[in-house]
Amino acid sequence: MSVDSFKYLPRLISAYYRMTERQPELPIPWTPRPSSLSECKFGLMTSGGLYHKGVDPPFDIVRERQEPTWGDPTYRTLSTDIQQKDVGVSHLHINTRDVLSDINILLPIHRFQELVVEGRIADLAQNVYSFMGYQGYPSDTTAWQETYGPEVAEKFKAEEVDCVLIVPA
Amino acid sequence: MEVAGLSTIMVTMMPFWAEKVGVPRTLAVEFPFGHTLGQPHNQVQQMRVIHQALDVLESADTPGEIVHSTEIWPEPLKEAKKSWQPEDPSPIIEVMAPQVLEVIRQRRRSKSQHLGGGITYS
Repeated sequence: MSVDSFKYLPRLISAYYRMTERQPELPIPWTPRPSSLSECKFGLMTSGGLYHKGVDPPFDIVRERQEPTWGDPTYRTLSTDIQQKDVGVSHLHINTRDVLSDINILLPIHRFQELVVEGRIADLAQNVYSFMGYQGYPSDTTAWQETYGPEVAEKFKAEEVDCVLIVPA
Repeated sequence: MEVAGLSTIMVTMMPFWAEKVGVPRTLAVEFPFGHTLGQPHNQVQQMRVIHQALDVLESADTPGEIVHSTEIWPEPLKEAKKSWQPEDPSPIIEVMAPQVLEVIRQRRRSKSQHLGGGITYS
C-alpha cells in the first residue's frame, strides 16, 4: 500500500501543493542511529502549535490573522510532566479539538514513557518542543533553518538526546 | 537535527513533501491532518504507529527512505476529511484561492492551445 498524501486535503490546497516544484538539497543530512534503541534517549517535537497554557504565550495567530501570508516561526518548550488541561494549541490550519483532548496524537509523551518502562528505549528527554507548521505563503522556513531549528537541536544535545521523533501536524 | 548529530524519524501524512524536502527517514501514514499518531485516547493504535516508526529508525540505511504504513484510519473518509479542518477556513485561503485558480486556468488554456484548441467552427 502506498499512502495517498492528498486523500484528506481540500482540492484548492492539493492543487497548490502539486504546482510547487522543489528538489531536495543533496546530500540528505544523516546521522547513523546508535547501535540499539534500548540505549537511546529520545526527544520529541511537533509542528502542531502546542504550548503550555498560562506559562508561555500562544503562537502569534493574532498577527497571522492580520497578515495571512505570515506564520509564527518561534517554538515553545513543554515539559513531559505537563497536565492535559494545561496544553494550549494555537494553529489556524487544523481543528485543535482532538489534540486538546489527548496530547499524544502529536507529542506522544505518555506512549514514550511506556516505551521506557518496556525497555524498548532508554529514556525520554524532560523537555519536548512544538513549532507551528504554517510558515507563510509562499512558505518561508529560513528562521527555522537558521535560528530556531539549531536552537532546539542544541537543547536536545544538552539533555544528551540521541534520537528525535518528528511529528508534523 | 541530523547535522547536529541527532538521528531523526519523521511520521507524516504527506510523503509527497518528505520526498521533495529530503527527510532522512520517514514513516508515512494515511491519516487526517492533526492526527499523525492516531485518534485521541486510542492508545493501542498510537503505539502501533510509534512501533512502526521505531522500526523504520532501526532499519533505514539510506538517506531519504520512506516506508508506507498499512494502518487504516477507522472513520469514514467524508467524516474524517471534514473533522480535521478548522471550523473557520485559515486566513490565507482567501488570499491564495484566486491566485491558485488563476494558475490552473492559465495551465488549462496553454494545454488546450498545445492540443490544438481554439478551433472555430464555420
